[in-house]
Amino acid sequence: MKILVTVKRVPDTAAEKRLDPADKTLDRESVETILNPVDEYAVEEALRLKEQHGGEVVVLCMGPSSALATVRKALSMGPDAAVHVHDDALHGSCAFNTAKVLQAAIRQVEPDIVLCGSESTDARTSLVPSALAEYLGWPGLTGAKQLEVDGATVRVHRETENGYDVVEADGPAVVSVVKGINEPRYPSFKGIMAAKSKPVTDYTLADLGVDPGEVGTAGATTEVVDFAPRPPRQAGQQVKDPGDGSAAVELAEFLAGHKFI
Amino acid sequence: MPRVLVLVEHEEGAAKKVTYEMLTKARDLGEPVAVFVGEGLETAREGLARHGATAVYAAGGDNRLSGPLTGALAAAADRAEPAAVLVAATPLGKDAGARLAARRGWGMLADIVDLDGDLVATQNVFGGATTVRARVRTGTPVLAVKPNSFPVQEAPAEPEVVDLDLAEGQDATRVTDHVVQEQGGRPDVAEAEIVVSGGRGLQDPSNFALVEALADTLGAAVGASRAAVDAGWYPHQHQVGQTGKTVSPQLYVAVGISGAIQHRAGMQTSKTIVAVNKDADAPIFAISDFGVVGDLFKVVPRLTDEVAKRKA
Ligand SMILES: Cc1cc2nc3c(=O)[nH]c(=O)nc-3n(C[C@H](O)[C@H](O)[C@H](O)COP(=O)(O)OP(=O)(O)OC[C@H]3O[C@@H](n4cnc5c(N)ncnc54)[C@H](O)[C@@H]3O)c2cc1C
Ligand SMILES: Nc1ncnc2c1ncn2[C@@H]1O[C@H](COP(=O)(O)O)[C@@H](O)[C@H]1O
Repeated sequence: MKILVTVKRVPDTAAEKRLDPADKTLDRESVETILNPVDEYAVEEALRLKEQHGGEVVVLCMGPSSALATVRKALSMGPDAAVHVHDDALHGSCAFNTAKVLQAAIRQVEPDIVLCGSESTDARTSLVPSALAEYLGWPGLTGAKQLEVDGATVRVHRETENGYDVVEADGPAVVSVVKGINEPRYPSFKGIMAAKSKPVTDYTLADLGVDPGEVGTAGATTEVVDFAPRPPRQAGQQVKDPGDGSAAVELAEFLAGHKFI
Repeated sequence: MPRVLVLVEHEEGAAKKVTYEMLTKARDLGEPVAVFVGEGLETAREGLARHGATAVYAAGGDNRLSGPLTGALAAAADRAEPAAVLVAATPLGKDAGARLAARRGWGMLADIVDLDGDLVATQNVFGGATTVRARVRTGTPVLAVKPNSFPVQEAPAEPEVVDLDLAEGQDATRVTDHVVQEQGGRPDVAEAEIVVSGGRGLQDPSNFALVEALADTLGAAVGASRAAVDAGWYPHQHQVGQTGKTVSPQLYVAVGISGAIQHRAGMQTSKTIVAVNKDADAPIFAISDFGVVGDLFKVVPRLTDEVAKRKA
């Protein structure tokens, strides 16, 4: 089985993120970057599928040349090879442009299944996996907290608000996984060393036959009109409980005053 | 008047509140047309009418799958030629919206919290630290609306029901089982008007009962910090924060939660925040409208009693 995992480079979770005033896109250069945390679960799930069914795991990342570090980080967990799509024209791509480009790369790799994270911590839109499924014309099984491949059938437990739905389709399919589906392995020292020499195929838009005018800032389907930092919240009233819980009465008073009770 | 499509979020015909929030907002933009997929149309119809739907476009199929939802939205859009399509910013709403936009070559904005007459949408990004106003440049805007962003107002209408007459099962995806693990009754944390969350300060999973009791008297959903979820004290679906859900309720109550940046990223756009924590320097207090410095084991049960008393 050929398993492809999409991984994204995102700003470090603790880093202060800001928009570049010049072109109103996320300033990704001024901050530390990491592998999107949820994508580690997708990589782990891919490795487990390979352990069960045999085959190979290919990592796919669209991002600037500097995202190679993210690709290597993913490879250090154990995948066999990677595809890195980078092209200056991709700067400022929207979720749909991204999905279009990922789709074109996926068609080159011809996997039996595509695994994505459920959302990226910077954009947090969760649009890419479904858009990708649509462009590929494959079933999209999102929000998986369990995944099973059984012959041609791909089956997931899809998280709902009070439990889960068992959803299945015939592969090839796009599956997005949620945090907690597994316990991602830590890269071993050997894995980190091995990752340095694993094959990484570089694609430009021309290699993929994607028109640069369709992607990046030029082809983005959405645009930022303006942005502003949100005014910081002010600390309000604070009361100290004398030790018997009676401050609860004041809190209840506050809640009643704001019509919550 | 231009038409605005609203994808109905429902369970067997019981529409979720966010549907009415979207119908109310849609009336500012044009004539709301509800798109309904699945069983329970008769149940849903009255509520949709009461909130101003001028038409209900209905289709069969499983409304827990994005395939039938996308098919219905696409067919409805062909008929109504809407100025915009509103879906709820829930996992399924976003899936259906994304697939519709991809299918038609349109643009989509996710998690919008406001929308003006020119279809410029407001989003809170970077954990609520930045407010962005954005618009769709390509095709019909598809907008995923965050629950609790718009008030609900009634405006009775008499909608015609139009059968979209779609072939069911747009693709071969199927739901083979629906498993309920937690007894319902409590609202979903991502959509609730009030959320009461517990953290590591609870010290033991059984003490989540204190949080649940307070939540139940307030009619609230239960949330949890990552520390509590990672310790296995409460299910992952309830995690609030950067790697959990982003919530924006009217009231957020943080119990025994320190307020780490990754937790704040998921809740700091809540309208009102209150916190109970024994550490006066806990960062959660810096963003709280009302903070109680004290032992949660003393304060929370007393608060539950006090709320119950006032509600009685
Ligand atoms: C990549 C990444 C992603 C993350 N994502 C998330 C996320 O999505 N959500 C999230 O919540 N966190 C997230 N975190 C973790 C976050 O950094 C914090 O570790 C976590 O929020 C702490 O949870 P807590 O407040 O429950 O625990 P603690 O920080 O341990 O705080 C417990 C609090 O309880 C108080 N307390 C203790 N006993 C009592 C008592 N008897 N009465 C009253 N108060 C008491 C203490 O004073 C303390 O302030 C993430 C971290 C990373 C690195
Ligand atoms: N530029 C990218 N390169 C590779 N994968 C991506 C990219 N952007 C998004 N993804 C994948 O899509 C998932 C959801 O991201 P998003 O839709 O941006 O919230 C991520 O977890 C990744 O698996």
